[in-house]
Amino acid sequence: MLEFITQYPLITATLALVSLGTIFGGILGFAAVKFKTEGNPIADQINDILPQTQCGQCGFPGCRPYSQAIADGEAAINRCPPGGETTIQALADLLDVDAIPLDEEHGEEKVAAVVAYIHEDQCIGCTKCIQACPVDAILGAAKQMHTVITSECTGCDLCVEPCPVDCIDMIVEEESLQTWHWVLPDPIGRKVEIIATDAGLDEESERDRAA
Amino acid sequence: MRKIYSFHGGIHPPENKHQSVRTPIELAGIPEQLTIPLSQHIGAPSSPVVSVGERVLKGQMIAEARGFVSIPLHAPTSGTIDAIEDRIIAHPSGFPAPCIVIATDGDDHWIAHQGLEDYESLERTELVNQIRNAGIAGMGGAGFPTAVKLSIKPDIKITTLIINGTECEPYITADDVLMRERAQQIVQGAMILRHIINPQETVIGVEDNKPEGIASLQAAAKNTDIDVVQFPTKYPSGGEKQLIEILTGKQVPSGGLPSDIGVICQNVGTAVAIYNAIFAGEPLISRITTVTGQAVESPRNFDVLLGTPMDFLLEKAGYQRENNNRLIMGGPMMGFSTPRTDVPIVKTTNCILAPTESELPTPPPAQACIRCGLCAQACPASLLPQQMFWFSQGKEYEKLEDHNLFDCIECGACSWVCPSSIPLVQYYRSAKAEILQARRDNEKSEQSRARFEAREARLEQLALEREAKRAARKKAAEERAKKASSGEGEDPIQAAIERAKAKKAAQESS
Repeated sequence: MLEFITQYPLITATLALVSLGTIFGGILGFAAVKFKTEGNPIADQINDILPQTQCGQCGFPGCRPYSQAIADGEAAINRCPPGGETTIQALADLLDVDAIPLDEEHGEEKVAAVVAYIHEDQCIGCTKCIQACPVDAILGAAKQMHTVITSECTGCDLCVEPCPVDCIDMIVEEESLQTWHWVLPDPIGRKVEIIATDAGLDEESERDRAA
Repeated sequence: MRKIYSFHGGIHPPENKHQSVRTPIELAGIPEQLTIPLSQHIGAPSSPVVSVGERVLKGQMIAEARGFVSIPLHAPTSGTIDAIEDRIIAHPSGFPAPCIVIATDGDDHWIAHQGLEDYESLERTELVNQIRNAGIAGMGGAGFPTAVKLSIKPDIKITTLIINGTECEPYITADDVLMRERAQQIVQGAMILRHIINPQETVIGVEDNKPEGIASLQAAAKNTDIDVVQFPTKYPSGGEKQLIEILTGKQVPSGGLPSDIGVICQNVGTAVAIYNAIFAGEPLISRITTVTGQAVESPRNFDVLLGTPMDFLLEKAGYQRENNNRLIMGGPMMGFSTPRTDVPIVKTTNCILAPTESELPTPPPAQACIRCGLCAQACPASLLPQQMFWFSQGKEYEKLEDHNLFDCIECGACSWVCPSSIPLVQYYRSAKAEILQARRDNEKSEQSRARFEAREARLEQLALEREAKRAARKKAAEERAKKASSGEGEDPIQAAIERAKAKKAAQESS
C-alpha cells in the first residue's frame, strides 16, 4: 500500500480526491432530496410584508401572486399602493435592493384607512360585489340587501366598480376616542401637551433664595 | 425595623404639597348635574341599564359591567336621568365619550343598602364579587378594575400585600389627607384585602414627607400585624414597580406583573373604597380630589361626587381664571392639560392643578439633544431615554422594543431633568401607540390573508367540482350514444316514439 503510494503519488492523489468528491457529493445529493424546501421561502417572506389588502392594484390577483412574481423577478417592488413607502422600504431591505418610489401607474398611497359602505336603501341585491370581494367581507344573497362586515374589510375598492347602482362608497374611518393616540411632538413648535418639562419653583425655595 | 431598598434614578422636584393640606377634607356638595362617563377604568366600557327620564336613587346601579375586565357604575346621588349621550370628558384628545347625565334633586336619597356583618366568614370569591359590584377600580391613577387584580390564579402564592400611600407626585395630597383623616378605614380596608389575598405580610408604604399621615396610620394599625413603613421621599417612588423594589428589594420582571414575584399593590384610596363597600355596602360614588395651584385662592381637598363638573370644584376653591395659564388634570409630572373646565371628575381624578404662568411656565421650545445623559441617570426603570428619543424620531420601532420601551412608566423624570427641554415622554407615548397600531394592523392583515386563502381554496374546490360534474355528464352521454349506435338495448329515438304513441292512445281512450 505504502509502496503504491510512494511509487505513484499522482494516481494516489487523484484517487483520494475522486473518492472524497464522491463521498461529499453523495452527502450533498442526499441532503438536497431529504431537506428539500417546499415552495419558495422568499415569496412567503415577501407575502408577510405585503398588506394583504388583496386589492389587485399591482396587476396581480392578490398579494400572494404578486409576492410570487417579485420572488421570480417578474415584477418591481413598487407596485403596492396600500402598502406605500413603508412596504417598499421593507421589501428593499429584505431583497437587498434600492428602494424606489411608488409606481403611480398602479395608484396613489392612501393617507387614511378606508372601509366600504353599502347604502342599503339603494342596494338591489345583485350579489356582484359579493363575488368581487377578495376576503368575503360582504354579506347578503340574491334579491337580499347586502352589507359590509367592517372588521373584515380591507378597503381594496374592488366592490365599487361592479355595483350596477353605484351604492357602495369608500368611507374614511373617523378618528375617535378609541383610535386617538399621542403624536410625535412638533420639533420646532412650542406646543407641548405633556407637562413634565416644567421645572416649577417651590414657594419655599423662592423664599430661601430671597433670604 | 424593615430594610428599605432604593431604585435606580429618580428626581426631587419641588413638592408643593403644603398648600392644600392646611384645611381638612371638605364635602363638595351636590351640583345640579352629574356627568358619568361609561368608561372610567381600563377595560370594556360599562353598558347603561337605565333609560332617559328614569328616577334613580343614590347608590343605584346605572350601568353594568360588560365582560370580565369591566365594572358597574352607580348613581352618585338621587335624581333623574337627563340624557345618555356623548359628552366631552377629561382626556388629552378632547374627544367626546358616551356618558350618563343625571339631573340631581338635592335630596341625596339613598337606595336600601347594608354592609356585611362578618366578612371574615365569607368566601374570598364572594368578597371579590362584592368589590366588583361596588364598581371599584384602582384609584391611584390607571383605574384597573380591583376585582380583576384580586382574582389571582390559585397556583400563584402572594407573599406581600402592599398598600400604596406614597403619593410621590408634586402638589397632590388626596392620599395624604385620606391617611390623616381616615386611617382607620384604610387599615380596615387593608384587613379585608389581607383576608382575600392571605399574604405573609401586609405593608403600608408612605414617603417620609407625610409625618401626620404616618402617625395616624401607625395609631390605627397598632393592634394589627400591618406594618406601616416610611422611606425617603423621591419621585417616582409611588410607581407600583418602584414601590415594590423599595419595600421588598425585588424587581418586577420586564413585561411581567407584580404577582409574578408574589406581590400585590393597592392604593390607599382603593382600600377606603373597599372598606365602604364591605362594611357599609356603599358603592364607589365619590372620591377625594385635590384642587391646588396658585390660581386658586384656597387650595384644598374635596370629597367629591363622581361626575361633578370640574368648574363646580374650581369655583368652590376660588378659581382665578385670568391668572391660570393652563388647567391640568392630575399632577405636574404625569397629568395632561385640559382645554375645558366643564369636564367631569371620574374615579381616577386625584388632582386638578391650576398654576399661574410664573408657577409652571410654558416650556421653552425644545432644543437639540446634547447627549448629557442626565435622563438615563434619572430613569427609574433603568432605560436609555436618549437612545429611545433618537429611535422614536427615526421611527425605528424594532430597536425601541429592543430597548424595552414598554417598560417606560411615563413618569416624566427624563423630561424634567432634560436641559434642552425635550418633551421625551411624548415621544415615547407616540412610539408606543404606533407600535401597538402596527401590531393591530399586522393581526388584521394576517386575518385578511387567511380569509383570502380560504376563499381561493373554496373557489378552486367549486371549479373542480363543476369540472368533475361536467366530465361525468359527458361520459354518461358518450356511453348512451355508444349503446345506441351498437344497437344494444332499445334505440332511444324508437323508445321516444313509442312513449308518444302510448300517450296519444291513452288520451284518445279517455
